[in-house]
Amino acid sequence: MSQSTGDPALIQPLEITERRKIRFDNRYAAPLFITCILVIGHLAYGILESYERTALAIGSAIVAELVLGRIFYGKWINLASAYITGISVGILIRSPAFWPYALCSVISIMSKYVLRVKNRHLWNPSNFGICVLLFLAPETVAALTIQWGNFIWPLLVIWILGSIIIWRARRFHICATYVISFLALAFVRSWITGDAWLAEIAPVTGPMYQLFIFFMITDPKTTVRSKVGQSIVAFLVALAEMFLRLNHVVYAPLYALFIVGPAAMLIEIWMDSRRAAPAS
Amino acid sequence: MSGRKIARVVVSILFVALLATPLVIKRLAARLEPSRAKLDAQTALARYGFYLEEVAKSSGVEFVHQAPTLDQNLEHIMPQVASMGAAVSIVDFDRDGWSDIYVTNSGEGSKNRLYRNAADGSFKDVAPEMGVADVNQAGTGVSMGSVWGDYDNDGYEDLFLYKWGRPELFHNDAGLGFTRVTEKARLPSWVNANTAIWFDYDLDGRLDLFLGGYYSEDVDLWHLKTTRMMPESFEYARNGGRKYLFRNLGEGAFEEVSAGVGIDTRRWALAAVAADLRGTGRPDLFIANDYGISELYFNDGKRFREVGRQTGVGFAPKSGMNAAVGDILNHGRYSIYVSNISEESVLIQGNNLWVPKEGTAGDSLRYDNLAREMDVEMGGWSFGAQFGDLNNDGTLDLYLVNGYISADQSQNYWYDFSKIAGGNSTIIADAALWPAMEGRSLSGFQQKRVWLNDGLGKFINVAQAIGANDVYDGRAIAMVDLWNRGVLDVVVANQKGPLLIYKNTAKPENHWIEFELEGTVSNRSAIGAEVRLFWNGRQQVQNVSGGSGFCSQNQRRLHFGLGKNPQLERAEIRWPSGNVQVIDNPSAGQSHRIKEPA
Repeated sequence: MSQSTGDPALIQPLEITERRKIRFDNRYAAPLFITCILVIGHLAYGILESYERTALAIGSAIVAELVLGRIFYGKWINLASAYITGISVGILIRSPAFWPYALCSVISIMSKYVLRVKNRHLWNPSNFGICVLLFLAPETVAALTIQWGNFIWPLLVIWILGSIIIWRARRFHICATYVISFLALAFVRSWITGDAWLAEIAPVTGPMYQLFIFFMITDPKTTVRSKVGQSIVAFLVALAEMFLRLNHVVYAPLYALFIVGPAAMLIEIWMDSRRAAPAS
Repeated sequence: MSGRKIARVVVSILFVALLATPLVIKRLAARLEPSRAKLDAQTALARYGFYLEEVAKSSGVEFVHQAPTLDQNLEHIMPQVASMGAAVSIVDFDRDGWSDIYVTNSGEGSKNRLYRNAADGSFKDVAPEMGVADVNQAGTGVSMGSVWGDYDNDGYEDLFLYKWGRPELFHNDAGLGFTRVTEKARLPSWVNANTAIWFDYDLDGRLDLFLGGYYSEDVDLWHLKTTRMMPESFEYARNGGRKYLFRNLGEGAFEEVSAGVGIDTRRWALAAVAADLRGTGRPDLFIANDYGISELYFNDGKRFREVGRQTGVGFAPKSGMNAAVGDILNHGRYSIYVSNISEESVLIQGNNLWVPKEGTAGDSLRYDNLAREMDVEMGGWSFGAQFGDLNNDGTLDLYLVNGYISADQSQNYWYDFSKIAGGNSTIIADAALWPAMEGRSLSGFQQKRVWLNDGLGKFINVAQAIGANDVYDGRAIAMVDLWNRGVLDVVVANQKGPLLIYKNTAKPENHWIEFELEGTVSNRSAIGAEVRLFWNGRQQVQNVSGGSGFCSQNQRRLHFGLGKNPQLERAEIRWPSGNVQVIDNPSAGQSHRIKEPA
């Protein structure tokens, strides 16, 4: 769910011109938003496994980013991205053990530095780390699948706040495409499985989806560049998720992004290199 | 090669190593686990100090639990809704010195069983002639559990039966039969209850009764007015059944006082246990709730205070299904074991072992969850658990049963379950929206846990090795010295499965002592009395319980394992009345019948 920074040495605001007009640095909107989600969610509903585990996840991500940034780029990296990665892991991973929190954060951050093609990394960091842990340590790790209490208002607040932030970052179309696709494909699933449509859309009312929608699929550095392309990828994530869901995969959205995201990136990189080839 | 390239190679190697870490951890953990193969009796005895042998059938006990068939609007998720009701409680109802077994059934029209211990290794069902068999008649609901306590202090244990339906109180007529006294006791006409315990909360010498609702009491599961009767949330539900505290007024009458004394909650209670957690002499009340946090009520005499959050036990919401207390560290204080749900890669709540935090006591009491540190955390879809010294080595072990719905082994319902569990209250609360189960399993066929306490802060699972090999959907478990041999046998009630009796054989070098208490000033069942035993420089405290675990009640007699060559110093008995009795140098190897000094 983390918003990765791509080349960590070159952290760029989402819209530089926008940023110049206002005092508030857009880079910090996402960290602030996710911090709000964490604090409110925990104080109101105790969504965290524990403070210690979340702190461990955040600390591990930050330390990994600092060390790797220093090694690879010889400078201290802005820590907004690492913070989001850490806090994402802290919220989304559920494990009674401590080590998965540290390991997941470190793997997530390292993936940005190691799994690169043409100087671009392919996976959203925390999506990668969480999926790896779910694959490799299923007996110890699960992901957050619960809901925000019994009330509708926390849901609305998060949707509204998240939408505003994403709108300002000019990535609302990604969220909208995904959500519309999800709701439409839920009809298809409902028709195939015979389960109620409301049952099919039930997961989208939970916090995992909200974090997934606002932070993971909109990650600037692990989505393709064109607006149309971004919308197509969002639809494909929803489509892949549908097939995974039809095969009863519990963490379908995470795995769908894990598969579709890098594939889209590789296609774009390949197309870029083809376009660049005649010019050179 | 440039420095950056070398760094990239080193980091890449490290990255691969980190990816392999979970697999390495898994392999190391597997090596540390004891063998899952069943050991022969002598090897098990030599290695772990005991072994279990399932003897129900050979003892004349052939009972298979039946589940209810509820409203047809629940047909698509029937196995899930009708997933409880197998319960067991231990009583010596005829005071012949041999523990008997009461087992509930939950099919409409099915019969409960009261197995009288014939003292020759066999049991005989005497429930029909005693009048406590035909208690699941259509229109009255079905049994969920039972607890025994001598509410009128006549020397014979009476039976309280809680149901999804009409709760029933049966007076024990000197061990010769039972008389239904529900109306006289002024019990409510319908409660969907899954827990009840006897305890004397106001220390007036008469047993009071706590009854915990699960589904709301206005729901008749056979005639639903609405399908919106499911929990409104998987972890924050407050639309469950109300709680009742029946104060014993004497003469067979009870007064419902829950709200007046500060117990006013609609969480989905599945288990309760009472024990004097602070050393005040008054029993505090712990409630394990499904779909939410646990609750702990400090007993201030006239009122209860909910201190779950303050003490640390009531913060993280889970799926509490068991509450049992035990002095696992032999430090004279109770820890509390709460079972929850853990399913690989889907939901890993982990069970809770709430251990009193060092340096905290009284009103400032705090608990740490040490389940992971002590290796009693992962138990699958856990239900009932009880503490007891199975190998008589002087430390309390822990037996846990588990498994939710064993149906088609090749298909499971987890995906659909997790889908709906993540939904908002408008969705999850409506049974009509739950996907059909279609014969699929949900955490079925699970291996039980028998965790042996090493006395050094760790437990080791030896279930398979010592003979606890069944994979039925376990619900309730009770520990009892069935044949007065100085060992704890284990009785397990399984949902839609057979009642199991595990006969225990413990290493003869390990000694034991038992105490059978009878109150005079205190309630005659001595429920709430504590025995603090001192031997070989060690101590252990146990209390007489009016119900613990999940839908179960152990024997009232207290059993202490002593290990080898015990030098018994004294036993301090603290009666609910406040009387303290000290027995110096009690003899090992026998059960001591002790009457409270007037």
